[in-house]
Amino acid sequence: MTTASATGRPHVSTAQPGVAVRLENLTRRFGDVVALDGLDLDIAGGELLALLGPSGCGKTTALRAIAGFERPDAGRVLVGDRDVTDVPVSKRDMGMVFQAYSLFPNLTVADNVAYGLRVRGRGRAERIARAAELLELVGLADRAKRYPHQLSGGQQQRVALARALAVAPKVLLLDEPLSALDAQVRVQLREEIRRLQLELGITTVFVTHDQAEALSVADRVGVMRAGRLEQVASPDELYERPATAFVAEFVGTMNRVPATLDGGAVQLLGARRPVAGAAPATGPVVALVRPESLLVTADPAGPGRVVTRTFSGATTRVLVALPDGVEVRVDVASTGSADLVPGATVRVTPAERPVLVAPVEPQP
Amino acid sequence: MTALAEGVAGAGGVAPPTPVRARRRRGGAWRLAVLVVIGLYFLVPFAAPVWFTVRDRGAGTFTGRYYAEIPGAPGFAEAFGRSLLLGVLTVVLVLALMVPTVVLVELRLPRLRTAVELLTLAPLVVPPIALVVGVRSVLAWAPDHFYGTPVGDAMFALQEPALPWILVLVYVVLALPFVYRALDAGVRNAGLATLTEAARNLGASWPRVLLTVVLPVLRTSVLNASFLTLALVLGEYTVAAILGFQTFPTWIVQVGGSKPQLSVAVSVLSLLVTWALLLLISALDRRRRTEESS
Repeated sequence: MTTASATGRPHVSTAQPGVAVRLENLTRRFGDVVALDGLDLDIAGGELLALLGPSGCGKTTALRAIAGFERPDAGRVLVGDRDVTDVPVSKRDMGMVFQAYSLFPNLTVADNVAYGLRVRGRGRAERIARAAELLELVGLADRAKRYPHQLSGGQQQRVALARALAVAPKVLLLDEPLSALDAQVRVQLREEIRRLQLELGITTVFVTHDQAEALSVADRVGVMRAGRLEQVASPDELYERPATAFVAEFVGTMNRVPATLDGGAVQLLGARRPVAGAAPATGPVVALVRPESLLVTADPAGPGRVVTRTFSGATTRVLVALPDGVEVRVDVASTGSADLVPGATVRVTPAERPVLVAPVEPQP
Repeated sequence: MTALAEGVAGAGGVAPPTPVRARRRRGGAWRLAVLVVIGLYFLVPFAAPVWFTVRDRGAGTFTGRYYAEIPGAPGFAEAFGRSLLLGVLTVVLVLALMVPTVVLVELRLPRLRTAVELLTLAPLVVPPIALVVGVRSVLAWAPDHFYGTPVGDAMFALQEPALPWILVLVYVVLALPFVYRALDAGVRNAGLATLTEAARNLGASWPRVLLTVVLPVLRTSVLNASFLTLALVLGEYTVAAILGFQTFPTWIVQVGGSKPQLSVAVSVLSLLVTWALLLLISALDRRRRTEESS
């Protein structure tokens, strides 16, 4: 499993890098609640797939079904060509990192990392070497003799990651691993997770409710809602071409602007734009517009009024109140936005690009 | 805030020159009084028997002879040894019963928590005297009824005076409330669900999870439960006396009739032994905690 390369540097390997995972028609009910509703999902070998969705959408249940903690009522879980639906948790060969710090409090950091190897009956020398190697990998080599309670939250999750990887699992499962950490550590650790994942080429499923997290680390993101996948796509595609209104509003910031359809075009904010995707022929709709797809200009005769102005480096977000109680968020370049101060009268127009629309009433 | 305070003071028409110092001093006096009362409450019952056993009434001096008499006192070693053995057996049995139960309730059957909690409370609600009268009736009736059958033999074995297993069984029941509470507190604070899942995910079988994860995590609660049970058994009188077995407490009472100082000296000693045990357990726990780095 561990081989010293010619350079003498330890080479960390996984037993089978890049095993594909396939979920077929996965269904799981808890009483009346349908957590998974015939979920189909293909995860390519070596891919990092993020499952994103609001709480209760079934993303954690899906992950736990892959791990073996949940037995599906129907459907199959395949790892490579092997059907593991009936394989017990302890025989699945998967590494998992949990949201709550899950390190064994009675074991040192090194013993925690080596736990899986001990279970597999590996010799002491090998365990020590492998634990040291993994701790090196997550940058905690100097904490090997410490106990979990002597580490910070971020360090504990790193150890948990090292522990999960130590057994060279076929698949790495991350269940909201960053949710308990503070913002700065969260960003740092998610980059580290991505770096490690790419380095090891291990198939990874990352469950999160934080869209920024999902978009920043994943090869593809699956947006879940009510036990089903709404869309599985690359982060760019998800953001640029959301398949449904739910995805559009869940991923990134989205303005809802009243609009009308006529003849395949949409009329909004006094302008006419083509419709993106399928839409009803005519009638009132809601246009879904990203903050960066709106333009705002100071105009004494304009209908809008700036409410707040939030500076965030290169861009500045301006909240504009329009007639009829509509508010929109607009991102503008910070340079040249000096006159967009609260109270300023402005005009808002949509950028020249197709606009996504949703039916007026049902709001997800 | 200040304006509000002034307003409130003004509403009463009095602007009190807040005697902070005096109030604090008065508070200190109260605290002292409470401490003294509580101290007396605990110390007097302990000091009185100590005084009673170290004073030589004839000579008006102090003596240690009552304590020196203890080891050689007829029946002492036997009664104390039996109680200790009963205590150990009770601890083993009650833990074997309750550790898996508590873990199972936490991980798999959380809906049964209330039921188990109520069940373990029963011994506190049913007075020991009622319990033991019931047990005695059964023990009186069953050997005759089942005479010559394995059940009858078992009934006799349970009442063997040298090692009355029936006491172990009754003590297990009496210890349930304390043991359950000690273990439950440990389980709830440990995040056992995630820890066991992590271990299983790493390939550990259920027995291995229990042995390498659950027990170490619950060690402090297990020690607490053991200590409470042992203390309970070493001090239990009612059941043993009514069922007619000779244990440490019944021996103390029996000796008290003829040698009051000796019996009280033994009580004092048993109190000290219990304290020493408590300290030993907590010291053991702390040392293992820091030693684990190897």
